[in-house]
Amino acid sequence: MNVTVITAAPKPILNWSERLERWHLDLWLSVLVLAVCALGLFILYSATGESVAMVVSQAERLALGLGTMLMLANAPPDFYRAAAPWFYGLALVLLIACALLGAHAKGAQRWLDLGFMRFQPSELMKLATPIAVAAYLQSRPLPPSLPTVLASLGLIAVPTALIALQPDLGTALLVLVSGLLALYFGGLKPRYLALALAAAAAAAPLAWYKLHDYQRERLLTFLDPSRDPLGAGYHITQSKIAIGSGGLFGKGWLAGTQAKLDFLPEAHTDFIFAVYAEELGLIGVLLLLALYAAIVGRCLVIAMRGQDTFQRLLAGSLALTFFVYVFINIGMVIGLLPVVGVPLPLMSYGGTSMVSLLAGFGILMSIHTHRKLLAS
Amino acid sequence: MSSYDAIKDLWEEKRSFTRRGYFGALMSVLLILTLTARLIQLQVVQHDYYRTRADDNRMRLVPVPPVRGLIYDRNGALLAQNLPSFVLQIVPEQVDDLDATLARLRRIVNLSDQDVARFRERLRKTPRYRPVTLRTNLSPEEVARYEVDRYDFPGVTVDASLVRDYPLGAEASHVVGYVGGITDADLARIDADQYQGLDQIGKVGVEKSHEDQLRGLPGTKIIEANAAGRPLRELNYHAGSPGQNLYLTIDARLQHVAEQALGELDGAVVALDPRNGEVLALVSKPGFDPDLFANGVDNATYHALLDDPHRPLYNRALLGIYPPGSTIKPFMAFAGLEEGTLDPDKPVYCPGYLNLPGSSRRYRCWKRSGHGELTLERAIAQSCDVYFYNVALALGIDRIDQALGAFGFGHVTGLDIGGERSGLLPTREWKRRSLHQAWFPGETLNVGIGQGYLTVTPMQLALAVSRIAMRGDGYLPHLVHAIGDPVGGRITEVAPQRLPPITVKDATIWDRVIAGMEQVTQSPRGTAYGIGADAPYAIAGKTGSAQVVGVAQNVGYQGAQRNIELKLRDNALFIAFAPADAPRIAVAVVAEHGAEGALAAAPVARMVMDQYLLGKVLYHAPPASATVLPAPDNDDGDEGGPLPDESPPAQNPNDAPEEPAVPPQ
Repeated sequence: MNVTVITAAPKPILNWSERLERWHLDLWLSVLVLAVCALGLFILYSATGESVAMVVSQAERLALGLGTMLMLANAPPDFYRAAAPWFYGLALVLLIACALLGAHAKGAQRWLDLGFMRFQPSELMKLATPIAVAAYLQSRPLPPSLPTVLASLGLIAVPTALIALQPDLGTALLVLVSGLLALYFGGLKPRYLALALAAAAAAAPLAWYKLHDYQRERLLTFLDPSRDPLGAGYHITQSKIAIGSGGLFGKGWLAGTQAKLDFLPEAHTDFIFAVYAEELGLIGVLLLLALYAAIVGRCLVIAMRGQDTFQRLLAGSLALTFFVYVFINIGMVIGLLPVVGVPLPLMSYGGTSMVSLLAGFGILMSIHTHRKLLAS
Repeated sequence: MSSYDAIKDLWEEKRSFTRRGYFGALMSVLLILTLTARLIQLQVVQHDYYRTRADDNRMRLVPVPPVRGLIYDRNGALLAQNLPSFVLQIVPEQVDDLDATLARLRRIVNLSDQDVARFRERLRKTPRYRPVTLRTNLSPEEVARYEVDRYDFPGVTVDASLVRDYPLGAEASHVVGYVGGITDADLARIDADQYQGLDQIGKVGVEKSHEDQLRGLPGTKIIEANAAGRPLRELNYHAGSPGQNLYLTIDARLQHVAEQALGELDGAVVALDPRNGEVLALVSKPGFDPDLFANGVDNATYHALLDDPHRPLYNRALLGIYPPGSTIKPFMAFAGLEEGTLDPDKPVYCPGYLNLPGSSRRYRCWKRSGHGELTLERAIAQSCDVYFYNVALALGIDRIDQALGAFGFGHVTGLDIGGERSGLLPTREWKRRSLHQAWFPGETLNVGIGQGYLTVTPMQLALAVSRIAMRGDGYLPHLVHAIGDPVGGRITEVAPQRLPPITVKDATIWDRVIAGMEQVTQSPRGTAYGIGADAPYAIAGKTGSAQVVGVAQNVGYQGAQRNIELKLRDNALFIAFAPADAPRIAVAVVAEHGAEGALAAAPVARMVMDQYLLGKVLYHAPPASATVLPAPDNDDGDEGGPLPDESPPAQNPNDAPEEPAVPPQ
């Protein structure tokens, strides 16, 4: 019996897994996530040019994220389902507020200045959207009918559009993906999926004209990196040089020349994977991919063990969104995908994404550790 | 919650979810395998390519400029050296607000308006990513102040470098020359590989002619640099080779004496060792400050030098072409004797003029009262024009050309620093080609006394008189007698190069010519008796003066010279060698507007010979002043007295001297 409910008398002997579950933490997920975070800090020290201050600052954010994770893990899943409309509504209001009076940062209206801290509502939306879609689908017969699908798409489209207009294509993409994944796990019929893809293909030329110049440039550069080797293509070229020159075993920690000598732009943020691959080589990269795969795997296990449809859809969506996150970042850094501003989860330097990711793991742990014995 | 709850099939939903979960996991695995395949492609298959790209990124091949060779005089005195200097430079593209930066720099570094003006000129000509020099020779205090504030000055650097320095300054400027910035014109003719890391090139003089030896070969080093190009560490060093040191034949003290002896007059002095062609002194006055150019001259100063009426940038010794005047007479005497058209012992009567048959025109002697009867030696000593009209007439222009050509007139001497002009030895053929006219006998007379179309350079005169001194032997004049390798100290002598000798049918011809030239300084009636009388060694010489402007016929001429405006006065010339019986030095002097050879030019030659032969100057002449000339002894003057049928051009228009086309820097 591995299900724990608060009992009057604790068992005298508990294994690690059981001890952690008393805190509503999942052993495997915790270990894997902490392992990736540790690797992240390790390589961040090198990528920031051996800046202790930046590593400490990242560690502080990690601590904040872990605290959030612990807190969210201790709330029961039903709370999330019940709170879903409020949560989604709040995130939407903040997004609109951000669009209306968001402070300019990096030319994009992404930040909301709360006076004591700056806050990115779009990160909130990464969680609010799958929660809302999962909660909505839970209340519908599945597989979803066409009206249900359209309603779900509406729930997804509004925040996606708002975020894309900020413009933050990377986050918009992730919000879109998290919602669609919930819909997919809800049993979206393949013909709807095909319809959606066809619609997306039809909308693509229209979207092209809606894109900002720099976004178009990124897409064109992705298709042909040599068309602007010193401008937009520079990132990808230098990133590929960093990764390729790392070879099988890498140049060694702190010995990467591409990042150290500033050839690699954004080395400690979006392109930290290139630093990692340069210094630790293919061996290190395979270890990291294995860790990420294990995290996704563990999350899917949690999802399959979910006790109701809401839990399963939410957990499944969070699991695969995390994977998409990883895939988009690495795919972009190694030149398989166009450059979109998606950080490498748990490793890239930067606050909000770290906290929202760990919050997601907190919800997964909540789902996993609040299971009750069910009569079969 | 809603009416649809009733028909939810929870088991089917769970089965569907599990199916889709496995499908998602499968897709994830496939995508991870895609990433892995791509990473293997980058990190294993293409690893060598990307490693090379990464090395290309970080490694910079940086040239190491060679140290330029030093230039010494014959006694080891430095004529050109390299001094360490702190140079303040600005990389324009790294500076946001240039004016503000300059204003702030003024607070810590002494910047004159001229520095800034020069900087702005260079700024225009330099690509924005290359450093532009703002000031050289920063004091240690200025460097220290800069170092304290350096982080306030992005794009501003202070580098230690070597700056070319010329200890003798203007005195040897025309010999040593100078280095200046490499211009586009230079780039078109040089091998840019050999100038890696260098920004200066020899422009004039030895610095230019021996550029290849002086420059050396640049080395290389490989440094690691970051994306901004900032060098971080040195990975590899390959030394080049330093430039060779040059040992010149010039004697710096002799050069100084010659320069001083000219006083305020413009002119040129060339002194040769007739026994080997070594150039002992080569002065063109006025000179210029070569350090100006080495430090990068500004346009205003450069144009002031170009526009200076005394033309300080113009090397008179090699480029100045002058009518030789009476200094041509010993060569005419030689020609007459060698061709047998002149009997040296047959007296010629000088009534003060010569009439050509069939012409009413009088060709006058400088001495209007006439010299009376003269034989060769006396005719040379007293510089009788009528005697040499007859010599020329008997020879004819063709034989004159042949003889004068053998002494080197009409050709460059082949001095090893180049930059010479050939002067003009007029021939029938030349006149037909250039002026489309036949040769007139009257013109032969003018050539006979060194006037008319005939022009020579001081260098040619010095070589020619050294060949009389050596009785026909001669050596190629040269300024570099040895080349030293600073690595190992090996010194390679440059062997003197013998010229084809001037052969004579009868060796006594030389005796007669040299005897006449000795009479010039030793006979009381000789035109340069003033410098020869008290000399402790025998001087063989010849005075000359050449008209700068024509003077109309019958105008009182003799004596008028002293009172007319300086720039209208005749040029004074003197050629000599000494000691007459065992010559060790041959000298040619041209003193522009010095009026009379014996007054202005001969004392200069005497002082140079004193310094060289005795180690000190015994002779103290009445100063060859440009303003006050002493009253002449009647026989002492040698005034170019002919009034030819047409005024001889002082300079042939086709051969007009011009400034060397050297741009500033």
